[in-house]
This record gives sequence, C-alpha cells and structure tokens, in this order.
Amino acid sequence: MGTKAMDAFVANETPVFMNKPPPHVFKLMSLPSAVLNLALGSLWCIIHVVISLFSLFSHLTFNLECFLISSGLLRKYRNLQLSRIKYLAIVVDSREAKNTVKINQLLCWLKTLGVKYVCLYDIDGVLKKLFEPSMNGSKDEKSGDYLDVSANIKALDGCHRAMTLECISGSDGKEGIAKAANLLCSTYLNGDRSGHENVKSESVFTETDMASALKSVGCGGPEPDLLLVYGPARCHLGFPAWRLRYTEIMHMGPLKSMKYGAIVKALYNFSKKHQNYGK
Amino acid sequence: MGKPDETMTTGVVATLLKFVRRCIIAVLSYGPMLGHIAFIMDGNRRYAKVRSMKEGTGHRMGFSALIASLLYCYEMGVKYITVYAFSIDNFKRDPSEVQYLMELMEEKINELLEKRDVINKVKCKINFWGDLDMLTEPVKLAAQKLMASTAGNNGLVFSVCMPYNSTSEIVNAVNELCAERRDIAHKEHLGNCNGHAANNGAHSDISVADLDRHMYSHGCPDPDIVIRTSGEARLSNFLLWQTMFTHLQNPDPLWPEFSLRHLAWAILQYQRVYPYLEQNKKLAKKQL
Repeated sequence: MGTKAMDAFVANETPVFMNKPPPHVFKLMSLPSAVLNLALGSLWCIIHVVISLFSLFSHLTFNLECFLISSGLLRKYRNLQLSRIKYLAIVVDSREAKNTVKINQLLCWLKTLGVKYVCLYDIDGVLKKLFEPSMNGSKDEKSGDYLDVSANIKALDGCHRAMTLECISGSDGKEGIAKAANLLCSTYLNGDRSGHENVKSESVFTETDMASALKSVGCGGPEPDLLLVYGPARCHLGFPAWRLRYTEIMHMGPLKSMKYGAIVKALYNFSKKHQNYGK
Repeated sequence: MGKPDETMTTGVVATLLKFVRRCIIAVLSYGPMLGHIAFIMDGNRRYAKVRSMKEGTGHRMGFSALIASLLYCYEMGVKYITVYAFSIDNFKRDPSEVQYLMELMEEKINELLEKRDVINKVKCKINFWGDLDMLTEPVKLAAQKLMASTAGNNGLVFSVCMPYNSTSEIVNAVNELCAERRDIAHKEHLGNCNGHAANNGAHSDISVADLDRHMYSHGCPDPDIVIRTSGEARLSNFLLWQTMFTHLQNPDPLWPEFSLRHLAWAILQYQRVYPYLEQNKKLAKKQL
C-alpha cells in the first residue's frame, strides 16, 4: 500500500471509531443468526483443515530436508561454524521432558556437533530432578549449577567431547528475580535503618546491581546465544528474563519428533544471523 | 474514464474491500480471539533501503502501518495493543537518526493530541511505557499530556513502549517496591513510637505478585502473541517478564508491509496453539 493510499484508507476508516461500537461481531440483517453462525463455523473449520494439510505437507518436506542434511548430501550444512555459539539453551515442555531417552539423545547429538555449554530448561523442574542425582555430587557452589556431565553422556556411543550442562526451571525465572529483588531491598532497608532515619534517599539500583543480585541468589548464568524450543508452540515458558534479552529463539517442534538434521539447520541458520543490538 | 466514473469505481472497490475485510474478521472471530497483541515493529530502515528511499520515509510508512494495524485490531475486538516503538538500546544509533525519530514521535503524538476528541469518543486509553525522562523534553511533555487526557478511558488500551527495555522495567519495579517498603517501614516506626500496632508490610519477602504490581504493564493481561516483523527471531529485551505463555511469531514481511492478511495469518496460527497455551496457563495457576 502506497503512503497516499494508506493515508486515504486511514482517513476513510477513522469514522468507524466515531459512529459504531466495536464491530467485531458482524451481523447480516437478513439471515437468522444460527444459520450465520453455522456458516462461519464451517468456514473456520475448513480454513483450519486446509492450514493443517499445508502444515503436514511442509512438515514432510522438512523431514526430507533433515534426512538429506543428516546424510551429508546438502553441501552447505557439511562444515558447521559453531564459533558464534558459546551457550545454547533448550526449552522443553515439561510433559515431554519426562522422555529421558529423547533428552539424552538430544544431548548426545549436541555434544557430537561440538556444542560446549547447554542449558536445559523446563517450567516444572523435571529436567533438574532428572539430572539431580549426578549433580549433587559435583555441585560447585561458586559457579552455580554448572556441571560437566561427560559421565552421563559417555554411556552413549559416539559422544567423546566434554560438555557443560546446566539445568534450570521455572523457579529460576520470575521467582529468581523476586529473590534477587528481595536481596536488594533488604540491603537498601538495612542501610536506611542504620543510616540517618530522617534522610529519605531514593533507591537507585541499576541493571548491574540486579545482575549481581541474581548471581548471589544462584540465578546468574550466561546468556544463551541460541534457544531451541521443543514443544507444540514457540513459547519460552518463563525462561529467566535476564538471560533472554538478545537470544535467538527457534522453534523445533515436539521433542518426540526431533531430528538431527533440524538441529544442524538451526545452528547453520544461527551462524548466518547478524544482530545490531539496537543500533 | 471521466472523474465521476473513477470516483464511483474507487468507491465500489473500497466498499467491496470493506465487506471482504468484515467477512474475514467474522470468520476469524468464530475461534478463540486475542485479548492482547504486541508488535515489535522491525524493518522500517530495511524497507527504505530496499526501495532506495530516505531512511526517515521507512519510519513514516511504519507509522501508517501501525495505525492501519490498530484499526484492524480494534475491528477484531482486541482490547490491548502494545508496540515496541523505541528501545533504550536505540539511543546507540546515529545521533541524527535518534533526533529524527524523536521529532517524528513528537509530531505524531501532537497529531494524536489534536485528534483527542476522536480518541476519547472511542474511549481509547493511550499509555507510554518506559523511562520517559530519557526522552527529549518536548516529546516527554507531549506523551505525558496524551496519557493524562486519555487516562479515564476504558475502551481499547494502546500502549507505546518508548524508551523501553524489559530489564530496565524490572529494575524500575524493584526500585519502586523498595521505596514503597521504605515508606511502610517509616510508618511502622512512627506507629511503634506512638504505640500503634505495626503491620508486617515491610518485612515479608518480595513475591512475584509484588513485582507485577510495579511493572508498567500492571492492569494489562499478558500478551497472547508477540509479533516481530522482518523474520528476526529474538525479543530484544521486550516484555520478557510478561511473555511466559505468549506465542512468539516472527513473520518475514518488514513492518511497513504488515497488513490485514499477515494479521489474519498470525491469528490463525495462534488459534492452532491456543489449547496448548491455555492448558499451560491453567497448570501454572494451579501451582500458585
């Protein structure tokens, strides 16, 4: 739409605001509303069925592409440049996270591809509990929840390189920020009490203060460069906000139908991205 | 073709397009509809570059696309619309571009102020979310004036994030909460001195709900979808706190190209994942 056409459209449509109530319920005067409702409902269903069919077709095409990528037949995916990915995060739907076979396979694939640091997240903490037995023994309090799980992965064939694994859950998201806020607030109020009671100083915490507080309460951690979402929808499900600012978010579909080729494609696409960081 | 014929043809085409649009909206409305939609209006500069226009033209066309999208959303019954107009990171841009954007924002806000009567008639409430002190004085004053003049409206809520960062919003909420607790603590202290019973407002741990109350978005439901145009896959520090169960979409068209068919497609995609998102929201509520 050209600028003039757009402005003309806007000028024409503004009266919509003036004279009518929200017109999202559209009534044709001549037809009974039940018949109209049925017609609209049928059209809506047909549209969604058509979309589902197209989606199925594109899914099949994608599966074929993943197969070709896995077989090494597509040249551009052969030499993957992983230098830009220092930290990779995976968000998994909690119900799918119980599928330990798939999770371990995913970690094995990532290790094979040479990813050095993976952060696993699910909202209910299923993944935390899954890896908890092996984590408790080697938890390093200073660096948070980082752990080298080569012991876990070594059991699977073909995985030789070391990879750092971090598991977080919904309690590290908003609740983690609330804990950090609590820490800052207590520091402020204690300072206020011990200082001059009559002087009202405004708290001026900065983002740096907040980042330090998050680290102190155990919710610090590196910001992932790439976040892969395994689930029915592209939704971060409460991944810690402080670590999600400039993270590329890619939707991979359900965990049960995960493909090695899809991961390669996602990593390749990431390597081609360019960020301005607001500039 | 004579002028009256041309006008009639244009009038007929316009009416036909309007009818088609109403039909599309009626069909879409059969399924679950959005309550809150958020836009990251990305791609204005690329749009101008691709068409060899001046950079500023891209932003102006972006504004026209915004108004059109607002009208479509209003027709669809979407009550809350939020847009990422200017990020705190955008101050890093070339000073001349920042200056241009400030002047454009001032011009557009003043235009809206002139159309105050229309806005109040449709009961549209306009919010500006962000650290307004970072804006130039004329823009800040115009924004405050517009917010004040539409504050009493209870219809469509249009929130403009400028200059905004999600992390900055969270820190602002923490600062406000600290100030609130400090005031409660002082009142308690005075209450104690006068022999009145003290309440525990200043001593309980800060909860997620406490922070929610101090977010710019307090009073608005979480967005149902966030649409970032131009195909970019990141949120760039936008509504990170509020998008826990939000469907994140990143269609390829640049923002000035965003039109009704893209919006309709976005809604159809949302309707496909709606059962999953609702289920997650219910589970999360149960656990609280």
